[in-house]
Amino acid sequence: MSGGVQLENANPVIFQRSVDRMLTASEEDEDVHDPIDDREIFLIRSINDPEHPLSLEELNVVEQVRQVNDTESTVSVEFTPTIPHCSMATLIGLSIKVKLLRSLPDRFKIDVHITPGTHASEEANKQLADKERVAAALENSSLLEVVNQCLS
Amino acid sequence: MAAESPLLLSLVEEFVSGLQDTKAKDTATGVKDGQFTVLQLVEALGQSLTSSQPHTRARGVQLLSEVLQDNYGALTEREVELLLAFYENRLKDHYVITPPVLRGLLALTKSRKLPPGSAVSMLRSVFQDVHVQSLMLAERACVYNMLINLMESREDELKGLGADFVFGFVQSMDGERDPRNLLLAFQIAGNIVLRGYSMGKFTEELFEVTSCYFPIDFSPPPNDPHGITKEELIQALRAVLTGTPKFAEFLLPLIIEKLDSDVQSAKLDSLQTLAASVGQYEHRDLAEFLEGLWSSLRREVFQTSSEKIEAAALTAVTALTSCLSRSVLNSDSEDSLSSFLVLVLRDCKHHLFEPDLKLVWPSAKLLQASCSASYRAAHSITSAVVPPLVEQYNSRTQCSDRRTLLEVAQRFIQSTASCQSVDHGEERVCLTADSLCSLVFSALSESNSSLQITAASVLTSLAQQPGLLLDSDIELAVDHLTRLLLTDEDERVSAAVVECAGALAEQHPAAFITKLIPTLKKEIESSALRSHHAVRQRCLSALAAVSIRASVVMESAPVLLDVLCSAHADPNCFSVDEVARTCLSLQRIAERVQDGEDTSRCFHDVVVPRLLSLALQAALQSDGSSDHRSPLVEEEVLSAMVPVISTACSRLKTFAEQTASRVVSLFLDGDVSFLPDNSFPLHVQLLQDSSWRQTQLVCLLMACVCSLPRSVALPQEERLLSELEELSCSCRHPLSYTSAAKCFAGLVNKKPQGASERQVFGVIKRVSSELDRPSSPLRTQAFTLLIWVAKALLLRYHPLFSALTDKLFSLLDDALLGPMAADSFSLLMSDSADVLNRGCHADLRIMYRQRFFSENSAKLVQGFNAAPQEKKANYLKALSNIVNKLPKQVQVSELPALLSLLLEALTCTDEGVQLSTLSCLQPVLINPPQVLIQQLEALVSRLLALIGSPAMKIRVASIRCVLALSCFPAHEVLPFRSRVLRALAPPLDDRKRLVRREAVQARAEWFLLGSPGGR
Repeated sequence: MSGGVQLENANPVIFQRSVDRMLTASEEDEDVHDPIDDREIFLIRSINDPEHPLSLEELNVVEQVRQVNDTESTVSVEFTPTIPHCSMATLIGLSIKVKLLRSLPDRFKIDVHITPGTHASEEANKQLADKERVAAALENSSLLEVVNQCLS
Repeated sequence: MAAESPLLLSLVEEFVSGLQDTKAKDTATGVKDGQFTVLQLVEALGQSLTSSQPHTRARGVQLLSEVLQDNYGALTEREVELLLAFYENRLKDHYVITPPVLRGLLALTKSRKLPPGSAVSMLRSVFQDVHVQSLMLAERACVYNMLINLMESREDELKGLGADFVFGFVQSMDGERDPRNLLLAFQIAGNIVLRGYSMGKFTEELFEVTSCYFPIDFSPPPNDPHGITKEELIQALRAVLTGTPKFAEFLLPLIIEKLDSDVQSAKLDSLQTLAASVGQYEHRDLAEFLEGLWSSLRREVFQTSSEKIEAAALTAVTALTSCLSRSVLNSDSEDSLSSFLVLVLRDCKHHLFEPDLKLVWPSAKLLQASCSASYRAAHSITSAVVPPLVEQYNSRTQCSDRRTLLEVAQRFIQSTASCQSVDHGEERVCLTADSLCSLVFSALSESNSSLQITAASVLTSLAQQPGLLLDSDIELAVDHLTRLLLTDEDERVSAAVVECAGALAEQHPAAFITKLIPTLKKEIESSALRSHHAVRQRCLSALAAVSIRASVVMESAPVLLDVLCSAHADPNCFSVDEVARTCLSLQRIAERVQDGEDTSRCFHDVVVPRLLSLALQAALQSDGSSDHRSPLVEEEVLSAMVPVISTACSRLKTFAEQTASRVVSLFLDGDVSFLPDNSFPLHVQLLQDSSWRQTQLVCLLMACVCSLPRSVALPQEERLLSELEELSCSCRHPLSYTSAAKCFAGLVNKKPQGASERQVFGVIKRVSSELDRPSSPLRTQAFTLLIWVAKALLLRYHPLFSALTDKLFSLLDDALLGPMAADSFSLLMSDSADVLNRGCHADLRIMYRQRFFSENSAKLVQGFNAAPQEKKANYLKALSNIVNKLPKQVQVSELPALLSLLLEALTCTDEGVQLSTLSCLQPVLINPPQVLIQQLEALVSRLLALIGSPAMKIRVASIRCVLALSCFPAHEVLPFRSRVLRALAPPLDDRKRLVRREAVQARAEWFLLGSPGGR
C-alpha cells in the first residue's frame, strides 16, 4: 500500500460504531414494501480505511450526509477525509463508489463526492464523477486489489 | 557351568557373523522362556566380545543389549553389577561400540536390582567417556532416558553427586536440536529444578542451556508422526524456567528483552512465562527489574496490537502485584509493593483525567489489573484514583465523557470485588462507597438514557458486594429505581433498571418490601383506570425481577394474583395480553426462587389454588353469559398459567405431592374443598365431555401432574389415565383433546418399565381402529393421541415405540392426514415446552433423536421411492423435519447419504419443505463434504431458482446458502461466478429489506471471489 510505514494521520480520532438497525415487525411482514433509505446505504460504513485497521464509520469519514431517493433512483454520498491533505481521498471515494455499484440495483445513479471545503483539492470529485475513469481504474488490477482489500 | 546349547551358539553365530537382526528377538525369547540364561549367552558371546574387529565386538554387545532390553527384570543383583562393570568398561572402547553399550545401560537402569552406588558410577563414566551431542538422535534419547529412569529410582544417590550431576547434564544437552529429545531434556531439567537438586555454581549454566530455546519457535512438519506440538514444548520449557526463584536474576532480563520482539507469539509466551514465574518469587528477586518490567508491560497495554497480548499483559501485572503484596517485609528492606504502585499510578493515573480521554481504557485496565491482585494494592489504588475520578465526573458536562468515567468506576468496583478481605472489608467501604453512591445517584437523575443505563449497572455491581451500601443508600437507590420504572419510557433503561432492582433485592430485600412493592401495587391498580399499558408492563416485570428471596415473594405474588383476580372480575380493565404477562411474571418468580419451605408453601397453598379457583370460576361463570367473557377462559391466558403451575410443581418440591393429590381429586371427583372463594357447585365434572370451557382446564391438570418428580406417586392413576384417554379420543375442542393427549403421554412416560404396556396396547388398538375408518370424524383426535404417546415412548426408548412409528409412516400415504403426519415429525424431534422435557422430570434418554434417525431414515427413503408422485412431498417434508432437528455434527456426517433426496426436496413445490431443507443445508455448506462438491451444478441451479421465490423467508435462506457457497474451494465455484452475480442482481432491488441485506452481503463476497485482493 502506498501509505507504507509512515502514516499520514498516525493517531486519528475514533468514533463509536452505531448499532445495527433494529428488526421491526413491518420488515418481517411479507406484504409491506420497504423502500431503500439512507440507513440502508450506510452499509458503506463497514469499508476499511486504506491506512488503519478501522472502518470509515469509526473514522467518521462517511457522515450523515447521504441522500437516497428510491423513486427517482438516485443516491448521493458525501465523505469527509480525516485530514485536509489526505492522499487517500480518491481511493476512499472509489471504494465507496464500487461498494455502492455492487450493492445497489443498476437503476440507481450514484454520486460520490468530498464534502465541500474539507479537502485541499477537489480534483477527486471530477475523477469520481467520470464513469470512464472509474471503469478504467477498475481494469487496473493493482488498484482493484487495493479497493477489494478495503471492501473485504 | 551349564552345557552350551547348540541352538544358542547358532543364534549367536547367525546374529554376529550372519548379520541377521531377527535372531536377536529369537535369542531374547529363548532367554525369557528359560531355554538358556544370560550367563550362558555371555559365555556363548565370548568369542565375539573379544574379537579384534570393533564391528564384531559391536555386534556382540548389541546382541547382549537387545536381549537385556527384554529381560532386565529377571536379572539378579550380582548379574547387574557384573554387566554394569562390563558396560562401563566398554564405553572406553571403539566408538562404534558406544551405541549398543548405551542401549544396554538404559536397559539396566530399568532394573530394580540396581546395586547401590552403581547409578553414580554409571553416570560418571557416561559423562566422562561419552560426548553426547556427537551421538545419533536415538542414542542421545538413550542417555536422556537413562537420566530420567535414574532420577525416578535413585534420586538420593544422584543428589549425592551434587553439582557435578548438573554439570554433566548441561554438557550432554548443550546443543540439542531435536524436539523429541528436547522434551526429554526439559523433563530432566524440570526435575532438577523442582526436586531440589543442588545446582551450585552451575545455576547460570543450566539456565543458559535451557533458556536459549526461549521463546520456542517450532512448527511441526506436516503429517508429523511424532505428534509433538509447539504448545507441549512451550509448557515443558516454561516449567523449567519458572521452576525456581534462583533463575529470577537471569529470567527477568531475558523476558524484558523478548518483550521488545516483534513476533506476536514471542511476546505472548514471554508474558505468560512472566505471570507463571512470579508465583514463586519474592520481592527481593523482583526488586531490581521492576522498573524495566513495568515499562514493557505498560507499552504492551498502551500500544496493544492484539487482545490476547493485552489480556496476557494484564494477567502478568496482576501476578506481579500479588507477588509483591505477598512477600514479608524485613525492617531494612523497602516496601517494594508501594514503590511499584507509585510507578503504576505515576504512569496511568493522569490519563484518566486528560481532557480527551484517549488513553483512559488502557490505563484503567492496568490500574484495575493491579487492583485485583490484593487488598493492599486495591486500597492504595482506589484511594488514589476514585476521589479524583468522582471530582472529574462532576466537572465534566458531556454525557459520553461522564459515561466513560462511570464505566471506569464500575470496573474498579468489580476488580476490588475479587480481593475482598474479611477483616479489612469495612475500611475500604468508607473510602469509596459514599462518593460512588452519590455519583450513581446523580447519573440516575440525568435525562440521558445511556448514562442512566450505565449508572444502573454500576449500582448493580455495588449491590453485589455485601456490606458496601448503607441502608440509607439503599432506600435512596430504591426511590430512584421506582421513579425510573414509573416514568422513563426508554425500553433499554427500564430493562437495565429492572435488572438492577433484581440484584439489589437479592441483597437487601427489606427496602423493596416496604417501598417498591407497595408503590408498584398502587401504580398497577390506579393505572388500570388510565390503562397505561407500558407502565403496567414494566411494573409486572419489575415485580418478577425483585422476587428472589422468600420474604419478597410473599409480598409480590399476592399483588400479581390480585391483578388476575380483578381481571376476572372486570374483563375491561386488563387486556388478555396483560393477563398473560402477569402469569409470565409469576412463572419467572417460580423459576428463580430458592426451593424452601416458605416459598414452596406460598406457591402450593396460595398461588396454585388461587389460579385454579380463578380459572374454574371463569369456566363456570362464562357458561351462562356470553357477552361478559372473562379473559381467564382465553387459550392464551390458560397456556400462560400452565408454566406457572408446572414450574411450581417441578421445582418447589416440598408440597408438590399434596397439590398433586388435591388437583387429581378436583378433576376426577369434583372435590373443590381446597380452593379459596369457595362458591362452586358441589359436583363439577371437568373431564366428562361437557362444555369446552370446562374440558379445556385439563391443561392445568397436565401442568400439575406431568411435572412432578418421578418419585412422587399419583393417587388413582389408572382411573385418571382411562378418563384422559376417553377425553382425548372423544372431545371436539382442540385445546382440550390436545392437552388430554399430552397429559396422558406425560404420565405414560413416567410409569416404570413394564407397568404401562396395558394402556399403550389399549391406545394403539383404539387409535388404529379409529384411523382405519377414513370416514370417522374423530381421526384428528386419534392422530393427536398417537403422536404424543409416540413421543413419550420415543424419549424413553420404549420397546413398543416401533409399533407406533410404523403406524406413523403408513399415515404419510394417507390422503387427509398425510401432510399432518409429515409435520408431526418435527413435534416428535423437538423439545416440547410444557410436557416431556427435562424440567418436567420426564424420562428422557440422551441422543434419542440420533437413534430415531438412524433407525428410521432407511424406511423413509424406501417409502419415498415407493410412494406415488403426489405423496412424495410428505416424505420429503418428514425427512427435512427430522434432519432439521438433529444436532449439527450429526447432520454434517449424515447428510451426504441423503443429499440426492435433499436436492430433490429443493425442487418440491411446498414452501415449508423448501425452507426447512435450506436451513438443513446451510450449516453443511460451511464445511462442505466431497459429495456435495460433485453435485455443485445441481445445487447451484436449484438455489438460484429459489432466489425468485415469492416467500421472503425462502429468498433470504437461499441467498444465505449462496453466500455460504462462496467459501467453497475457489477452483470449484469460480465457474459459477458470473452466473451467481447475475442471479443476485434482482434481489438487490427486492421489496423486502431483509432480502436486500442478504443479497448485498452475498454479492459482495462473490465479487471478491477470484478477483485480485479478494479471495
